[in-house]
Amino acid sequence: MQTALRTSLPETELASHANFAPQARVAREERPVHVSGLPLTIRGLRKSYGDNEVLRGIDLHIPAGQFVAIVGKSGCGKSTLLRLIAGLEKIDAGSISFGDAAVQPEDIRVMFQEPRLLPWARVLSNVEVGLGRDRSSGDAHARAEKTLTEVGLTDKRDQWPSVLSGGQKQRVALARALVSHPRVLAFDEPLGALDALTRISMQRLLERVWRDQGFTAILVTHDVAEAVALADRVLVIDEGRIAHDVMVNTARPRERGSAELAALEGSILSHLLSAEDRT
Amino acid sequence: MSLIDSISFPRSFRLPRVDGLVQWIVPLGIIAVWQVASVTGFVPTRVLPAPSDVALAGWKLLLSGELIRNIWVSFWRASIGFLIGGSIGFAFGLANGLSQLSAKLTDTTLQMVRNVPHLALIPLVILWFGIDESAKLFLVALGVFFPIYLNTLHGIRTVDPQLIEMGRIYGMSDGELFRRVIFPGALPSIFVGIRFALGIMWLTLIVAETIAASSGLGYMAMQAREFMLIDVVVLSILIYALLGKLADSASRVLERLTLSWHPAFQKR
Repeated sequence: MQTALRTSLPETELASHANFAPQARVAREERPVHVSGLPLTIRGLRKSYGDNEVLRGIDLHIPAGQFVAIVGKSGCGKSTLLRLIAGLEKIDAGSISFGDAAVQPEDIRVMFQEPRLLPWARVLSNVEVGLGRDRSSGDAHARAEKTLTEVGLTDKRDQWPSVLSGGQKQRVALARALVSHPRVLAFDEPLGALDALTRISMQRLLERVWRDQGFTAILVTHDVAEAVALADRVLVIDEGRIAHDVMVNTARPRERGSAELAALEGSILSHLLSAEDRT
Repeated sequence: MSLIDSISFPRSFRLPRVDGLVQWIVPLGIIAVWQVASVTGFVPTRVLPAPSDVALAGWKLLLSGELIRNIWVSFWRASIGFLIGGSIGFAFGLANGLSQLSAKLTDTTLQMVRNVPHLALIPLVILWFGIDESAKLFLVALGVFFPIYLNTLHGIRTVDPQLIEMGRIYGMSDGELFRRVIFPGALPSIFVGIRFALGIMWLTLIVAETIAASSGLGYMAMQAREFMLIDVVVLSILIYALLGKLADSASRVLERLTLSWHPAFQKR
């Protein structure tokens, strides 16, 4: 109900922008230009490792194209939830579905904290890995190059990953995840290992590609400021359950450190800290 | 910018050349000191002939064709033995690195065999094969097998599991995963195995040829000992040193070509 209200509002705004500024990059629209994402419905999701029950019944609906951030203290199960969504682990009980569409493996991509680039492949070939089954098709080079341009690394196409900086490696990893035009993109603390400045520029890049491509974004992070800066909605996970579901209604582009975001960040942090106190 | 350019250009241009010469200063110095010591009579020529005498002996053998023939025979044995033992070791390394079943089945046995010094098998090998070519090939292959087996196995087992997971996520088939992730990841370790194996290859060949052979460098050295031709004995030893260095350089070149992605092999 709440989400339906939200998404309807920016879309009208988007329409008015489209009239005046057809150029996506120039327009300062809030929502993705076109939504290519898949909706995500999770029902009664459970997962245990041995005796340790990590997820204890997650029920969640994410509308197509929404940017969701998942926060929580370490070991709360947020990364496990992401790995289950990405299909990296087996589900114990419950279900995860992506609307009615038939989902291809290329539709769902993950980006990790480590870039996980192949050290023995040049930057461009690393991006081509992301094409999945289309890797050997004739336009693989062209598609990879186009995506590399989107993350601003065209001039590094023939470099080895070992000569890139941490931020550049992560941008190559982003290009690899984007090249197949995924409809759900899951981020597992993708910026956790970066320095503060690189992190801010990467956050802007993530927001921009999300807006341009309109995939459904799920970002696991320990940084609440990052969550409120990027996401439409912040989920707080505690002891394997969704403890809080907070909408971030601030207009985009968001001003980092604004009073509105700071207040929201403070209230989410107090949720997290009260969870901390109980244990 | 221009200043930095003018400084860094001649440096990066000259360094490799200087490096190439530097490594030969010590061997050449030793030969020079040795020559002086022999000429002045400080080292009696019955103990150690002068380098010039060794070179002369080499020249004579070269003219008679004996030297080339023996080097060729030894080189042929070394490479065939290396190819046989190396490929079997590589195959077992792959199988045991990729398949738990295969590892459980054969690893214990191989580890037991590994702990037998392969040169201890010489008496048995002579009984089996006589002083035939196959005796030498068998010993070289056996010696070469283990370093390549162990390092291939180690290389495959230590490939970053995060990269393998990445490959799976991006839909790589088993073959593609092997070709694009596992094999390149194991390659540095395989090269360590190859270089170990090259050392063992020469060692085994020398011992085998010294004990049981009718041709080859080791045989040439033993014949020379019979006739007290100490210059030929020293010549054989020097040729072994050169061949060993040659094999090592060849593997280095191969390493540099295939591991150019590795930070350790990148030109600065």
